[in-house]
Amino acid sequence: MRTRFLVPTIYVVFLLLPIYWLLNMSFKTTNEILGSFTLWPRTFTIANYAVIFTDSSWYNGYIASIEYVVMNTILSVAVALPAAYAFSRYRFLGDKHLFFWLLTNRMAPPAVFALPFYQLYSAVGLFDTPWAVALAHTLFNVPLAVWILEGFMSGVPKELDETAYVDGYPFWRFFLRIFIPTIAAGIGVACFFCFMFSWVELLLAKTLTAVAAKPIAAVMTKTASTSGYQLGLLAAAGSLTLVPGAVVIYFVRNYIAKGFALGRV
Amino acid sequence: MNKTVNQKAWFFVLPVVLLVAFSAIIPLMTVVNYSVQESFGENTFFWSGVQWFEQVLHSDRFHASLLRQILFTALVLVLEVPLGLAIALAMPRKGPWVSVCLVLMALPLLIPWNVVGAMWNIMALPDIGLLGRGLNAMGWEYNYTRQPFAAWFTIILMDVWHWTSLVVLLCYAGLVSIPDAYYQAAKIDGARAWAVFRYIQLPKLKYVLTIAILLRFMDSFMIYTEVVVVTGGGPGNSTTFLSIDLVKAALGQFDLGPAAAMSLIYFLIILLLSWLFYTLMMRNEAR
Repeated sequence: MRTRFLVPTIYVVFLLLPIYWLLNMSFKTTNEILGSFTLWPRTFTIANYAVIFTDSSWYNGYIASIEYVVMNTILSVAVALPAAYAFSRYRFLGDKHLFFWLLTNRMAPPAVFALPFYQLYSAVGLFDTPWAVALAHTLFNVPLAVWILEGFMSGVPKELDETAYVDGYPFWRFFLRIFIPTIAAGIGVACFFCFMFSWVELLLAKTLTAVAAKPIAAVMTKTASTSGYQLGLLAAAGSLTLVPGAVVIYFVRNYIAKGFALGRV
Repeated sequence: MNKTVNQKAWFFVLPVVLLVAFSAIIPLMTVVNYSVQESFGENTFFWSGVQWFEQVLHSDRFHASLLRQILFTALVLVLEVPLGLAIALAMPRKGPWVSVCLVLMALPLLIPWNVVGAMWNIMALPDIGLLGRGLNAMGWEYNYTRQPFAAWFTIILMDVWHWTSLVVLLCYAGLVSIPDAYYQAAKIDGARAWAVFRYIQLPKLKYVLTIAILLRFMDSFMIYTEVVVVTGGGPGNSTTFLSIDLVKAALGQFDLGPAAAMSLIYFLIILLLSWLFYTLMMRNEAR
């Protein structure tokens, strides 16, 4: 039994090493980073974090990122809910083809869309706004949300709908008052996945923004170019991007895997 | 579940169709448009037929990136799937550690991709990174900015770090959903651990493994940000995968025609794979 736990333990340590190294760097001074090799910060400093919280070009990056991620999550899940219901309950003309078409968008490489997106959003005047990124990310998040929700909805027996109609519920009241609370876990998981994929994506987010709506991940690239190679600052900014992820994981920890299996485990 | 035929269901799907049409069909048509035209600067375009497709399909550059892409994806799958399965099998099923384990394992999945790149960049620096310094101390003259092999080693290790958790989480969910009765029956029959794995666990994991393999396949086929941050496609072109090559052509050199043709070929490859994915899934559901 002892050796059994060895494998997961080693794996978790392997996972934590780069994260530790990043945190370690973020608390060091630039001199210590470049001048010596130390396993923990000898001169502990929070100067790197102080820069991020006081310089508006840094913290605006976080605000911009969170802004478009939240917009995207709400938009994706809101439009996906009725669609997923239709796919899980009804058969209609072209339903399978439509489902497959949605799926292909989840699989479209963002690199293919980078240039046309740039031109499209410039043409409609959304370039460099959080809306551009939020809309662009629906490309892969809406199909994903439809899939996950459809999986969860298919697990709810159809008798629930029928009983509600027999009891005289009009459709929208049934949907909002009974059905949505029933699949609350599924909605939570769908939100989590939309949040996650919008949060981690950079190629489109960077292409569609310039100054005002620049995501934190793109702001980070500037440390390499404009002001020399400030590793400590880069590490601190990176460490802070772990926080939203860690917070949302905690809430859905028991459902993550179900979400990855598109609600079908 | 047997579904009722109801054409009005189209109204439920309409918002999704409109939204995805805006963010998928319009850009895709733009790409198609560019792929069959020749441009002489300043918005003048001429029909050029399939010239760009021929050029891309015959170019050594495209062949090389495609080959690197296939090699990368194959390596990633060969390493991550068995490793993830093994870890999931060894994980405890109950107890307070399960949640801690799951949260820690999911953590890499929620780190922005360029931060993953930056993290490994810092980690692998030969002079001040833990990994780089460690490998050099062990006698391997490791420098990922100069040696193609070291660059590949770093990128593969990074991807294993980043995505093996996905396989673990899926397999773990599949394992937990196997009813205890199966294991009890196996115990009565005196089945060994290998037999339990081969005849109970593996068949029950077929569905989640299919998803894991195909998700890993697709996502590793589209890899861009992490690699760009760590190696920038170098040294030389040794880690220039399809997406990196495409972005170089489209946004770097503004070679619209060839880039568009390459996009479409790339997209068709993925489309073929998604069809395979879909068929496999549906067969599984029909079962």
